[in-house]
Amino acid sequence: MRETAMLEIRNLHVTVDDKPILRGLELEVHAGEVHAIMGPNGSGKSTLAHVLAGREGYVVTQGEVRYMGRDLLALAPEERAREGIFLAFQYPVEIPGVANIYLLKAALNAMRRHRGEAELDAVDFLALVKGKLRLMDMDETLLYRAVNEGFSGGEKKRNEILQMAVLEPRLAILDETDSGLDIDALKVVANGVNAMRGRERAMILVTHYQRLLDYIRPDRVHVLAQGRIALSGGPDLAQELERRGYAWVEAEARGQQAGAAGGQR
Amino acid sequence: MGKGSVQLDELISQEYRHGFYTPLDADAVPRGLSEDVIRLISAKKQEPAFMLEWRLKAFRHWLTMSEPHWATVHHPPIDYQDIVYYSAPRGKGDGPKSLAEVDPELLRTYEKLGVPLQERELLAGVAVDAVFDSVSVATTFKDKLASLGIVFCSFSEAVRDHPDLVQEYLGSVVPYTDNFFATLNSAVFSDGSFCYIPPGVRCPMELSTYFRINAKNTGQFERTLIIADRGAYVSYLEGCTAPMRDENQLHAAVVELIAREGAEIKYSTVQNWYPGDKEGKGGIYNFVTKRGDCREANSKISWTQVETGSAITWKYPSVILRGDNSVGEFHSVALTNHWQQADTGTKMIHLGRNTRSTILSKGISAGHGSNAYRGLVKVAKSAAGARNYTQCDSLLLGDRCAAHTFPYIEVKNPTARVEHEASTSRIGEDQLFYCQSRGISAEDAVSLIVSGFCKEVFKQLPMEFAVEAQKLLGVSLEGSIG
Repeated sequence: MRETAMLEIRNLHVTVDDKPILRGLELEVHAGEVHAIMGPNGSGKSTLAHVLAGREGYVVTQGEVRYMGRDLLALAPEERAREGIFLAFQYPVEIPGVANIYLLKAALNAMRRHRGEAELDAVDFLALVKGKLRLMDMDETLLYRAVNEGFSGGEKKRNEILQMAVLEPRLAILDETDSGLDIDALKVVANGVNAMRGRERAMILVTHYQRLLDYIRPDRVHVLAQGRIALSGGPDLAQELERRGYAWVEAEARGQQAGAAGGQR
Repeated sequence: MGKGSVQLDELISQEYRHGFYTPLDADAVPRGLSEDVIRLISAKKQEPAFMLEWRLKAFRHWLTMSEPHWATVHHPPIDYQDIVYYSAPRGKGDGPKSLAEVDPELLRTYEKLGVPLQERELLAGVAVDAVFDSVSVATTFKDKLASLGIVFCSFSEAVRDHPDLVQEYLGSVVPYTDNFFATLNSAVFSDGSFCYIPPGVRCPMELSTYFRINAKNTGQFERTLIIADRGAYVSYLEGCTAPMRDENQLHAAVVELIAREGAEIKYSTVQNWYPGDKEGKGGIYNFVTKRGDCREANSKISWTQVETGSAITWKYPSVILRGDNSVGEFHSVALTNHWQQADTGTKMIHLGRNTRSTILSKGISAGHGSNAYRGLVKVAKSAAGARNYTQCDSLLLGDRCAAHTFPYIEVKNPTARVEHEASTSRIGEDQLFYCQSRGISAEDAVSLIVSGFCKEVFKQLPMEFAVEAQKLLGVSLEGSIG
């Protein structure tokens, strides 16, 4: 028998501005696994990422999400983060005047406090973060610039991965981290992610293109269509999608849904 | 609107923490203003004839003036005949000789405010001249300062013990004809702080005044005069709080600074007057005239202010750059929340050659707060080589607040260089969520974002004050989120 899943999503229905986006999504992610969530634009990929991180405006109308055996949806965003959930943003947010290193330190120490560990002082923290910088091939000066302010697209995405490396989450959700990256930046980001793969950690990669999966080989690939997982498979599924596109999966999903909703229409 | 905006609202609706009232017997003059009231005030203070004359001249001039209305602040008409112009804690008419003589109730009030009035301030290196309503009740460290020739005392004492200095400098920066509120102050001011640093002396500690308005319906009209003689240096800290009341109270202070050749004055303010409640009821009307005069060459005056209180703030700490190569600075953080209104900024008047000024203004608006920066940079024909750099940044929390910037620039000398930069940004729910998704609470996230915004100004404050200012901003913004 398999151990309990780290993340268990059952029949998840989510609306945004009263519009149903997710409609009965099911997903199970175990420690040590890397899952790719693929799908066409508007299929609900980013909604899934945000609802897991606790963003406001995403209303769960049905279903449940259990994380480490707990009701995830009952937790505030910062509590989820302290429990080990990390969202790498598709569009990282700028915070003028706040040094990158300051945010990182505040975040790490918030988590350490939560775990009952002593806060790191400036010296220990700097040593830790410098090690992670090398991993991300990032320049130290980036630490002292304001959070994401004036960062190039690639720098922003790398900065997300740097945060992930420092915070060492249990479950990392990467929302379209590959979008807007040139091939070199993509490799750097992928190296960072691969370096963090481990038996205790799970990852969910939300991506539109198969390109990222050339560098990060997922254990499972899921295709989102019509607000639910329409198709799941191994890493080969990503290649098939690259060849055939999403239209056929969508058509099948529509067919299923029409069948399921049949009598009411 | 979701949970995040509700949180944001809670965060910025923190209650005033200094709203207690100390029941003390007060010795007050009757309500209203007339020559008789002014004579009474002057007599109570046993002032020399020149002071009474000066007050009366100011009063007669004031009668010819009308309240200014050019600022972007709104308030019901102020009834100047409904104000008590002088109120002293009873029995303190002569001023206590030591802390032991000070009413213990009063000391407890200061303790609640966190004014370091006891021995511990020795460690902190702060000499406090505390103004409670109108009479200065305790001045510490006077002896130590006296050994250096430094005079640091209440204004009343200065009038008594150093009339020549007072007569020479009083009104020499802000004349009694200056403006409606300054003229009113000149007529009725009851006390304040006086400081004189003799030539070549570097004041070894931060001098500090804590102002507090206590009695009901009392306007506070204090007057501060600081003179740094040739080559002298002084850093002066001013902190203000007032108890919570439904009525609006008027505060019309005047501060005059004079820096002579090569002298430097650093004046820092943390102003936390009662801002009124969430509905905009009560609060201090703060109409203050602060001006420094770099009277001789190579002098420097810098104003740093953190303004978190008052229902209305009307305040433009200014520098007249008269001496060649003199330097003026203005660093400001102004926070308005609920229904607070602030119209604040500075005037840099360049008269001397190669004079330089820097203006750094940070306005934060939350709730229904309205925040205006109003600044004048004036370069006279005589000011060859003058330079100014101005930066005004505004930060908005929520979508019901307002920020305005009114820069006035008048340049009469072609060799002058004047630069102005301005920006407006908003704390968005996306920024809050970003921080929260990194494990930082919404409350800490707001503090983090705001302190990042104010960093450059806080750097200018003396250490202890910077800590206090940061806390104050936190308090003004934090709330009771579960």
